[in-house]
Amino acid sequence: MTRFAVKATLRATNAPTGPLGRTGARMAREAKLDGHGTWIGASVPRKEDGRMLRGSGRFVDDVERYGALHAAFVRSPYGSATVNSIDVAAATGIPGVHHVLTAADLDNPYLLAVLERDEFVPTTMPLLAESEVRHAAEPVAVVLAEDPYAAEDGAEAVEIDFTPRQAVTDLDTAPTGPNVHSGLADNCLVDLTMFDDDRLDGVLADAPLTVEAEFSSARLAALPMEGRGCLAEWDDRDGQVVLHASTQVPHQLRSGIAQALGLPESTVRVIAPDVGGGFGLKCVVGREEVVIAAAAARLRRPVKWVEDRQENLTASFHGHEQHYAVRAAFDTTGRLLGLAADIRCDVGAYSAFPFTCAVEPLMAATELPGAYKVPAYRARGRAIATNKPPTAPYRGVSRPQIVLVMERLMEKAAAALDLDPLEVRRRNLISEGEFPYTGASGITYDEGSYRESLDLAEKTVTEAGWYSERDELRAAGIPAGIGFSCFSERTAYGTPIMAQRRMGMTPGYDTAHVRMDPTGEVIVTTGTCGHGQGHETTFAQIVATRLGVHPDQVRLRQGDTDLAAYGWGTFGSRSIVIGGTSARRAADDVAAQLRRIAAHLLEVDESDVRLMHGAATVRGVPGASLEIAELARTAYFRAHTLPEGSEHGLEARGSADPPGTFSNACHTVLVTADPGTGAVRVRRYLVVEDCGVVINPLVVDGQVRGGVTQGIAAALYERIRYDGDGQPNSATLMDYLAPTASEICPIQITHLETPCPYTEDGAKGMGEGGTIGAPAAVLNAVNDALAHTGVAMDHIPVRPEDVLSSLSRPLATVGGT
Amino acid sequence: MKPAAFTYHRAHDVREAVELLTELGDEAKILAGGQSLAPMMNFRLARPSALVDITRVPGLDYLRHDADGLRIGALTTHRAVETAGVPDGFRVLPRAARWVGHYPIRCRGTFGGSIAHGDPTSEWCLLAVLLEAGIVLRGPRGRREVPATEFFHGFFATAAEPDEMIVEIRFPGAAPRAALTEFAQRQGDFAVVAAAVSLTIEDGVCSAARLVLGGVDPQPAVVDADQALVGRSANETTWRAAGELAAESIDPPSDGHGSGAYRKRLAATLVSRAFTEAATS
Ligand SMILES: Cc1cc2nc3c(=O)[nH]c(=O)nc-3n(C[C@H](O)[C@H](O)[C@H](O)COP(=O)(O)OP(=O)(O)OC[C@H]3O[C@@H](n4cnc5c(N)ncnc54)[C@H](O)[C@@H]3O)c2cc1C
Repeated sequence: MTRFAVKATLRATNAPTGPLGRTGARMAREAKLDGHGTWIGASVPRKEDGRMLRGSGRFVDDVERYGALHAAFVRSPYGSATVNSIDVAAATGIPGVHHVLTAADLDNPYLLAVLERDEFVPTTMPLLAESEVRHAAEPVAVVLAEDPYAAEDGAEAVEIDFTPRQAVTDLDTAPTGPNVHSGLADNCLVDLTMFDDDRLDGVLADAPLTVEAEFSSARLAALPMEGRGCLAEWDDRDGQVVLHASTQVPHQLRSGIAQALGLPESTVRVIAPDVGGGFGLKCVVGREEVVIAAAAARLRRPVKWVEDRQENLTASFHGHEQHYAVRAAFDTTGRLLGLAADIRCDVGAYSAFPFTCAVEPLMAATELPGAYKVPAYRARGRAIATNKPPTAPYRGVSRPQIVLVMERLMEKAAAALDLDPLEVRRRNLISEGEFPYTGASGITYDEGSYRESLDLAEKTVTEAGWYSERDELRAAGIPAGIGFSCFSERTAYGTPIMAQRRMGMTPGYDTAHVRMDPTGEVIVTTGTCGHGQGHETTFAQIVATRLGVHPDQVRLRQGDTDLAAYGWGTFGSRSIVIGGTSARRAADDVAAQLRRIAAHLLEVDESDVRLMHGAATVRGVPGASLEIAELARTAYFRAHTLPEGSEHGLEARGSADPPGTFSNACHTVLVTADPGTGAVRVRRYLVVEDCGVVINPLVVDGQVRGGVTQGIAAALYERIRYDGDGQPNSATLMDYLAPTASEICPIQITHLETPCPYTEDGAKGMGEGGTIGAPAAVLNAVNDALAHTGVAMDHIPVRPEDVLSSLSRPLATVGGT
Repeated sequence: MKPAAFTYHRAHDVREAVELLTELGDEAKILAGGQSLAPMMNFRLARPSALVDITRVPGLDYLRHDADGLRIGALTTHRAVETAGVPDGFRVLPRAARWVGHYPIRCRGTFGGSIAHGDPTSEWCLLAVLLEAGIVLRGPRGRREVPATEFFHGFFATAAEPDEMIVEIRFPGAAPRAALTEFAQRQGDFAVVAAAVSLTIEDGVCSAARLVLGGVDPQPAVVDADQALVGRSANETTWRAAGELAAESIDPPSDGHGSGAYRKRLAATLVSRAFTEAATS
């Protein structure tokens, strides 16, 4: 079989040897476990890439329907205003405009995201604003026209009489400003004090060193290449509204539509075609998507809406705008004794469905300690409402900030105690022999390579001459600095962990269905929903390995609520762990069915049958073999030859619900600052990461690189700005500075592999780590570059202007450290 | 981000373009590379009632050098300027082209379009003012030439009448020691501040200099820094002093890309760097 001419190559990782080889050795053991014929660890080129690169992918806007109407939303020009009246007469008179719908026309539908906690104030998010608008670009009406041009003409012609009000636009003034929702005390939607420890105040008072600091991060846009969009149509045969949508969570979107419109879930079908990135923006339900579904259901006519970039920057979900006031106690050796944090998140005007606006403060308060041992801990997490768009769980969700906080604290403690900051980290990192470790916030960490990744990163950059390069640059008058960040991140949150959040709907488990057809080809159906991550390739590798077929013979069906059992989609670095494990378990069942058939036909014992290289072979009986396609043919077309009572068909369902598993990494970066402009350039970047068993290094590296790029963007470039009236000042990509390839340097990646203990494949989640680790590493490097100025930067993004003004301050000491 | 309705007309020569502009009235606009106009129309910041497409007008795509200097046809693309062989005194033009947007933009955007658009940080506008170019216009009243120093009237406003078309930009004098440098956080963006300079050095002493800044005023700003330059040794100290003097003499605006104070510091840096580059060119 020529298909197998290219054998799977094993992991091309740089597993360390010698004293660092613990994880490496374990990896080698794992690899042998699978024997030959495994596709796990092979850099199989992504199946998706051919069609993407040739432009033959099929995104929402590529789906066309005869007679479709195109939607344009009429949006609020004010950050906060009362809606007095809406006059649609002029708009309906515009040639090509068919309908203008307002909230009243749709019976005032809304989305309601619920958290079952007393500290949470539930607020409804109207699909179209009724008597009030709470952020600029909030949808007020929708114009449906024959083409998108006429729709925009119509949207311009809708006349809305507003009475503008004073807007609340930042965390500091929100508590005393006008209420974003009537009666909302202090504009606070969630106020949680967690893990309070009576000892903490004493610890902070008595500690040899207390570090007090404030940290902040700007509002960001997730900025997927493809914005949001959907096409809804009425299917009269099924009495169903079918929505093609650019989403990460088709079932949750279906639930949102069903709940908002009062429909049984089965009368709504959501299909995600190719999705051009999400980064969390598409893991919540957008008002527009529900409106389009409602319009199509009402009008019995296809309706399409494709978000443009301006809407994507001003009217979709944001995230990441947070402030931390932190006190940390250390002993004289740099060991953390206690930590108290006051965390405020600017969540905008509404709670997004279904995660709610608590997702950032809850994540931050629960997981702040991260990879470090914090004996006494307390965190207060608040979600503060402002007149800005609502937030979605943007890639990393609070972890970029909490890692930044912990990593800056390590540096500050080291500076105050005159210790090596890496040594201070080592003294605090959860280390070998301490796993599984349960921290102050009740989290249990499965085994990771926290110390090993730091040691390896330090060794790598030292041997590669980063320190001498930095010193040479400094000698030449160019501020240069090296920064580290160590972190672990929980991935693949299962239902027991998600339940602690107390959401109205608890995500976590997932399922997969595997079916082999009569020619031996395989279809895997999952409830996860890849949107650019390469699931078609990695899931195929997992299933092909179990069934002894080639990954090209395995096709993935995802993103269709009518095909898959209720699934939670793709977010929170969950898919390969939860969906992949489900698929593996289902495939193992199908493999057992195949082995039974082979054992029967070859008259051998079932346990001696192995599936590999497209054939069933028998241990100890060379020459006894049947092609898997032959087994499949038998199962379907010659079922009468099988023993009585055999199952019919070749299919099985699998599911998984792990408690959540911790990936970890150490990022190291070398930056320079231009002394004349303040511009920071990232010059070298190293990631030593451990996401357990690597299914496909090519895919993992791509995720890490993209993630690091978004993290660098958060550290140095991107910032959504609003003025005091709530007007967006970053409505185009000229003002929202997403870095391009020109701004990003090559990123070197080394993998360590500490297998996940909860799953058979041992993979951990890895979709977010790059974004989580980069801001802290870059910020530490910038601070190292500016060390000689005596300025400490604790906010992101650090802008050239910030750097230049610290460089032009009178120098404290020259030369730096 | 869909443009408002407009009618489309294609001109086959300059005369037809001018006739169409006259006939279609004030709300008609020329379409050249479309790299500035199309985005503005998509945002509905520009709402021309009609477009006169001049991209098929032959004979306007050239760089010609003769006794009168260098002449650049209005439809010459940025990329053509970047790759052109030009005589010594005009090398600053191809050298500066790399600052204009990204490669695909340079392949479509035109020299005349940049001048007509009149962005205050546009490299071509700055160099036209620096090198005291003439902007050659054709209109219903015939042909006229406006000095670049009088052409730019503030954000996207120029001396060209709505019925006039730019046909050529004439650079009369060579400037062997000239340079343009700028700063933006991302490669290819419009500059936050840009500095274009030219110099004459005699016996190691600066005998004449000219300095134009972008991003500090609604139009390219000619800054007089002679006091720090003329009669001084051609060295780093002088260039730095010129930068400081230039920074002192401007009062730039603040926006999301930088405060006025930051722009002043950028101007000091960029002016000094531009003079350093010009002195060694
Ligand atoms: C992402 C991006 C980055 C960019 N970066 C830069 C940059 O760094 N520096 C820079 O200078 N530019 C930059 N540009 C703009 C680019 O250089 C444009 O090409 C240029 O501004 C306009 O030239 P055009 O041929 O595309 O003109 P058009 O967009 O077709 O027209 C622009 C205006 O000029 C008028 N016009 C065009 N030609 C004539 C003519 N012959 N006579 C009279 N009026 C005319 C049009 O009516 C219109 O008002 C950038 C553009 C983009 C999209």
